[in-house]
Amino acid sequence: MAEQTLSRSATTTGETPAAVPRLRRWVPYLLLAPSIVYLAVFFASPMLQAFGLAFTGTTGRFGLESIRAMLGDDRFWPSVLTTLLLLVVLLPVQFALALGMGLVVNARLRGSGFWLYVFLLPLGVSELGAGIAWYSIFVEQGWLNTVLQGLGIIDTPVIWLDYRDPVRVVATIVLAEAWRSTSLILIILVSGMRAIPRDYLEAAEVFHAGPWQKLRHVLLPLLRPTIRTALIVRTVLAFEVFATVVALGGTGTDVLATQANRAYTEFQDAHLASAYGLVILVVSLAAVAVILVSLPIRRERGE
Amino acid sequence: MRRVLGYAAAALLAGWILVPIWFVVVGAFSSVARIYDYPRPPVPDWSLETMTFFVTSAGVPQALLSSVLVAVITGVLTMLLAAPAGYAVARHVFRGADAYRLTILSTRAFPVVVLSIPLAVFFLQWGVYDSVWGVAFMHTALALPFVVLMVSTVFAGVPVDLEEAAQVFGCSRFTAFRRVVVPIAAPGIAGAATFAVLLSYNEVFAASILTLQEPTLPVFVLSGLTQAPLPFRYAGALFLLAPAFLFILLIRKQILGVGGRPTLR
Repeated sequence: MAEQTLSRSATTTGETPAAVPRLRRWVPYLLLAPSIVYLAVFFASPMLQAFGLAFTGTTGRFGLESIRAMLGDDRFWPSVLTTLLLLVVLLPVQFALALGMGLVVNARLRGSGFWLYVFLLPLGVSELGAGIAWYSIFVEQGWLNTVLQGLGIIDTPVIWLDYRDPVRVVATIVLAEAWRSTSLILIILVSGMRAIPRDYLEAAEVFHAGPWQKLRHVLLPLLRPTIRTALIVRTVLAFEVFATVVALGGTGTDVLATQANRAYTEFQDAHLASAYGLVILVVSLAAVAVILVSLPIRRERGE
Repeated sequence: MRRVLGYAAAALLAGWILVPIWFVVVGAFSSVARIYDYPRPPVPDWSLETMTFFVTSAGVPQALLSSVLVAVITGVLTMLLAAPAGYAVARHVFRGADAYRLTILSTRAFPVVVLSIPLAVFFLQWGVYDSVWGVAFMHTALALPFVVLMVSTVFAGVPVDLEEAAQVFGCSRFTAFRRVVVPIAAPGIAGAATFAVLLSYNEVFAASILTLQEPTLPVFVLSGLTQAPLPFRYAGALFLLAPAFLFILLIRKQILGVGGRPTLR
């Protein structure tokens, strides 16, 4: 279509049709160039440099010194496990929540714009702000204990954020992250739902499909590419979870990102920090590969 | 009956989002003494004591200023880079368009945590470490891929016919762009810029790596968490959350473009 635009505009401005496309052929590349150069300098090159840093020790020689230091750290494996545990528990919770919100937005209720606005609010919320909000809920003299004690479920305040009880702390982080980052999945799902023609659902109604059947046999299959996109985006971000963990778990709970941060800010060891960074990169790419393989899409459309 | 269920679900989910926000508001606008009340009173006494305590704490005004500067630089820089790219992707047919789009999409698979550490090493050499510029450069790299896609969605949404019509009536391609496309695309472009600003204001991991004496607000609050009293935390949380509500209200229409699958051409 744009090709037509080009030739048509060339004739209307009276230039020779042959000369104009040759000149104009460079226009898109000139428009892209700044962003390409920027990403090469500030994205690709540090990405490569991360390997260089991780595979040289403090001595500056190539080797596995930093990797060994990382593996030898007794907080390494706990941080890996906590990161994975968070991901595994969080994803189903988030998809269920996002799907619920998406269906509400799509149900043509009165004030659907308002519901969408409310559901999208956390999208712009800072990770740390969300962490503190949930800290105020779970802290010993906080909102959860107030409510539970008011209802007579507990007699004395419960210590929810006890770092000696990692399961409990992880549960609070899951809730905070589900609250904060579900809206990212929601926008992806909603834009996917908007692309589905209403006819499909109406056809299903003609054949007396119930709401569950419509969801299971019409909506979810059509949303497959959308769900895959959301899954990839959310999974990669889940490996980077940081500020909510610090806000809720303090220094007692480790994930890969807090370890990377500590390596740099506390130990001033860019090599060790990069080693942690590479672990995050490797598990992210592996997870993306698993998602791409396990959710194949036969016909790629505009993705 | 179905409708009632729908509204019940909507109200329940809205409550899940709004109640923690209300708790932050209560925390930030209660007097310092009231913050330590237990059981927690469900409404604030609308005292400014806590907020005043936070704003006048040593380091907070500088951190807030740094945050605003970083966010503004990020927004401007991102738009300068992304707007032309987004227009090219939306409107031009050229060899390599798909490769470009794929590259932009694939940046999402790379965690930003990996980026910030080598960038810190670069910035030390370039002399922009621990400055608003360094953090803004990093945030621009983060925002750029998303914003390119958002902008291309916005430009793709402007009917080609209008642009052609302007050219038929004698506008040059550039004039047609400036007088027809820009006014229609402006709200969407502003939305994309807002997204970049917000992303920068909220980002904490890279900013904490890239600063030392000149932290941004989230970094300052983060570093204070270990010993800060509750009023500092709750007022800080409000400062971190407040811009989101305003900005999401402004850009709730454009924001669906972040979701990917832009309708290109």
